[in-house]
Amino acid sequence: MGSGSFDFAMGIGGGAGQGIATPGDILARIFVRRGLHLSTYNAFQSIVRGGHIFLTVRVGERKVTNHGDRLDLLLCLNQDTMDRHLRLMDAGSRVVYNSDVVKPGQAREGVQLCPIPVAEVTKSRNKLAQNTVATGAVAALLGMDFQILQESLNLRFQRQGQRIVDENVGVAEAAYDFVRANYEPFPTSLPSKTKPLGVWSGNDALAMGGAAAGMKFFVAYPMSPSTGVLHWVAQNARSLGIMVRQVEDELAVANMAVGAAHSGCRTMCATSGGGFALMTEAVGSASMMEIPVIFINVQRAGPSTGVPTKTEQGDLWQAIGASQGDFQRFIVAPMDALDCYNSVTELFNLTDKFQCPGIILSDLLLAEGRFSVDADDIDMHPKIDRGELITESSGTNGYLRYKITESGISPRALPGLEGHAYVAATDEHDEDSTLVSDEYADARKRRAMLEKRARKFESAADDIEPPRLLGPEDAEVTLIGWGSTYGVIQEAVELLKLQGVTANHLPIKWLVPFHGEAVTSILSRAKRTIIVENNFSGQFFRYLRSETAFTVDGNIRKYDGEPFMPHHIVEGVLEQLAGKTDHSVPYHEVHT
Amino acid sequence: MATVVDVVEGKPVIPLTARDFKGRLDPDWCPGCGDFGVLNSLQRACAELGLQPHEILTVSGIGCSSNTPGYINAYGMHTLHGRALAVASGAKLGNHELNVIVTGGDGDGYGIGGNHFTHTARRNIDLTYLVMNNQIYGLTTGQISPTSRQGMKTKSTPFGSIELPINPITSAIINGATFVARGYSGDVKHLTELMKLAIQHQGFSLIDIFSPCVTFNLDNTHAFFKGRIKKLEDEGHDASDWKAACEKAMEWEDTIYTGIFFRAGDERTLEAREPVLDEGVPMAHRSLGLTQEQAEKIINGMM
Repeated sequence: MGSGSFDFAMGIGGGAGQGIATPGDILARIFVRRGLHLSTYNAFQSIVRGGHIFLTVRVGERKVTNHGDRLDLLLCLNQDTMDRHLRLMDAGSRVVYNSDVVKPGQAREGVQLCPIPVAEVTKSRNKLAQNTVATGAVAALLGMDFQILQESLNLRFQRQGQRIVDENVGVAEAAYDFVRANYEPFPTSLPSKTKPLGVWSGNDALAMGGAAAGMKFFVAYPMSPSTGVLHWVAQNARSLGIMVRQVEDELAVANMAVGAAHSGCRTMCATSGGGFALMTEAVGSASMMEIPVIFINVQRAGPSTGVPTKTEQGDLWQAIGASQGDFQRFIVAPMDALDCYNSVTELFNLTDKFQCPGIILSDLLLAEGRFSVDADDIDMHPKIDRGELITESSGTNGYLRYKITESGISPRALPGLEGHAYVAATDEHDEDSTLVSDEYADARKRRAMLEKRARKFESAADDIEPPRLLGPEDAEVTLIGWGSTYGVIQEAVELLKLQGVTANHLPIKWLVPFHGEAVTSILSRAKRTIIVENNFSGQFFRYLRSETAFTVDGNIRKYDGEPFMPHHIVEGVLEQLAGKTDHSVPYHEVHT
Repeated sequence: MATVVDVVEGKPVIPLTARDFKGRLDPDWCPGCGDFGVLNSLQRACAELGLQPHEILTVSGIGCSSNTPGYINAYGMHTLHGRALAVASGAKLGNHELNVIVTGGDGDGYGIGGNHFTHTARRNIDLTYLVMNNQIYGLTTGQISPTSRQGMKTKSTPFGSIELPINPITSAIINGATFVARGYSGDVKHLTELMKLAIQHQGFSLIDIFSPCVTFNLDNTHAFFKGRIKKLEDEGHDASDWKAACEKAMEWEDTIYTGIFFRAGDERTLEAREPVLDEGVPMAHRSLGLTQEQAEKIINGMM
C-alpha cells in the first residue's frame, strides 16, 4: 500500500471455472461507487476450465491508469496461485487463502498470512463459496462496514433469488467476522469520495461510442479479445435501435458491413488480427466504392492463432497494409477506455466526410480490462456530421456519383433516391460509375480517379489533433508510445521523477494520417528519445522512420504476451541512460 | 406510347418497359452468351412488376455474369468475388424497402462464395438470387467450376475432372431457402415468369439458370439442354413437397427439369423476425444519436 494518497492493488488467482471474475466484479463495483479510480487486468488463458487465471485489481484516490507494479493483497483460490505469487509479496502485504485446500509456502519477512478454514467458517460445501469468502476477507482487511458489501452482494445475486442472496451474504459475513477477529487489517481503511464513478471495459467503450455516434448496424464473428463489443451491442441493440448480426465468417462480416454502410447506415464491425486478415479485401473495396465503414481490430499476440488471450501491439503494419492496391484509410489507436469511446465518435465523422474505411487498433489490455470512468467525461451526444450526402431527389438523371472535385469528395446519394441510380463498383470506374477496367481501360481516367480518391486525404490531417508532448519540454528523456501504452508510460514518467530523472511523453493516437512534421519538430528538440511498444520488431519504430526519416535513440519492447508494468519502463530508461544498452526487453517476473 | 395508369402523390406514374431498364453500356459478353437471355428476362420482369429503377439494388460479385448490374438501369453494386450475398444482405437489412436482386455465376456463388450461399439461405433474408450457371469459369478462360460434371476436360483438368459437382437446387432446399427454381436462358418467357415470382416472393429465392458459355463449355450447350429440358409445371410437381423436389433436382441424364422445385409455406423473413425493424422505417433512414433517456440508461448501467 503506497504512502500518501490511497493506492491499493490486489490479485485474485485461481483456475478457469473457479469464478474469480465474480469477486473481482463485486469489489470493483464497491470501489467505483465510493468514487475511487480503478484499473483491472486479467491474465487468463483460452480454456474454459483449469489453467491459471490471475486478476489484478488496482484502486486509488488518484487516477489509476494501469495495474501497477506490486500487490498489497493476494487472494489464493488454489495452490497454484500461492506457488506462483507468494514469493513476490513484500513486507506489509496480506495473503488470504483457503487453508482447507491451499498450503502456504515460504513468505518474506513482514508478509501476513491469513489462512481461512473455509468449510468450518462458512458451514458450506459449495465450492464457489470461497469466492464470496474472498469478498468478505477483503472488506474486513480494508476496514469496510459489512453493510457496504452486503448491498453489493444483494445487487449481484438478486436475479438468482433470495435463497442465493442469503447464502452469499451469510458466507461473506462469516468470513468477514473471522478475518476481523483473527487478522490485522491494513493500516489505511478504504477511503470514500463524494462522487461515484462508473466502470467499463475498452470493448464496452467502443460499442458505446458507436451507439452515441448513431451506429445503426453492427456485425461480427466472435473472436477474442474483441467479442465484448459484440456482447455489448447485442445486449443493447433492441433498446437503442441497432441492427446487430453474428454471421458465418469475417468475410461475411466485412462485406455485410460494406453493404449496410452503402445503404446509408453508420456501420461498424469488430474482430482481432486473424479475423481482420479475412476482412482485408473488403477494406479495399470500401475505399474503391467510397463507402464509410469502421473496422475494429482488437489486437492479440500473433502471428496466426498466436496467443489468443494475451496482449500485443503487433498489427500496425497489418492495418497499414490491409488490402491490395494503393489507397487511403484512417488508422487510430485509442490510448485508454475513454479514448476508445471518443475514437469511434470521431472516426464516424471522418469516414463519413471522406467516404472511406477507418480502422481502430485496440488491444487486449484495453479491451478486457475494467476501468473507472467519470460519467461527466463521456459526451453522450457527440457531434454527428454525415458529410456530403444528397438527401433530396433532383429528379434529373446525369448524377455523377464519383464526380471529380477539387477536394476529391463527391456528394453521395444513397440507394433508393429517385433519379440518382448508379453502380458502385470494386473495379476502377469513371465519374459516372462506368467501369474503366478491362476493355474500357483508359490510362487518363484511371489516373484521374486514383488521384481524386487520394486528394481527399490531402486535408484529412487537418481534421485530427496533432500529437502533444506531455511533461517538461527540456526533459532528459522523451518516451514515445502509441495506443494503449499511454497510461503505463505516464506512470513511468512519475516514477522516474522520484528517481531524479526528468522525462516527458509523446503519445501517438492517430497513425494514419500521421502528423509527421509535428512529431519530427517535437522529437528533434528532445535530448534522448525512446520508443516503448508491445511488439518484437518495433512496428512503430519502423513506421516513424518511414514517415519522417527520424530514428530514435533507443527502444523498450515487450513481446511476451503480458502488458508493460511501470517498472519495466523505468528500468529500461535507467539502463539506457547508464549507457548499458539502447534496446531493452523487460523480464516478466510473474509466470502466469 | 406510354399510358398514364396511376397517380402517386399527385404525379402520374408512367409504366416502364424493359427498354427503360437498359443500362448505359452494352454487355461485353461473347456473342451468343446465355447471359443475354438472363439480362433480357430480368429487365422484362422488373418492367412487368411495375418497379422503378431507384427501387432496385442489383448486387453482384466477380465473373462474366457479375457484370450484369452495369447493364441495368437501377442502383447497383459490383462487389468482390464471392461476396455478393454478404454485401446484399447488409444492404437489404440496412434498407429493407429496396428490392435487392443478386446476380452472379456458379463459381462466384457456389464456389468462393459457398459459405454465404449456405447461410443466406437459412436466414431467409428477402433477396432474389439469380445464378447464371454455365458450369465453367469463363472470365479466366476456361477451368472447371463447382458445377462442372465429373470427367469434364478443361484447361485446369486436361485429363478430365475427378470431382463431383455440387447440386445447387438440393443444396438450397436443404439449407433452408424458401423459393428454389431453375431456369434456362434459352427460354426467356419462362425465365421472366420465374423471376417475377422470385422477386415477389417474401424470403430468400434462388433461381439457378442454365446460361451456356458458348466459348469455353462445349459440353453443356444449347443443343445439350434443348433436348433434355422439361418443365416441372407440366408434370404436376407439388412445390410444397421438398423430398419430391430433391428427387426431381437430382435427375440429369435424359431429363433436366426447370421451373419451381420448392416453395415454402409461410416461413417469415429475417426482416419480419427482427424486432429492431418492427417500427418499419429502414435502419438507414432513422435519426442518429441517443435520446436523453437512452443515454441515462447506459450511464446507469455503468454505475
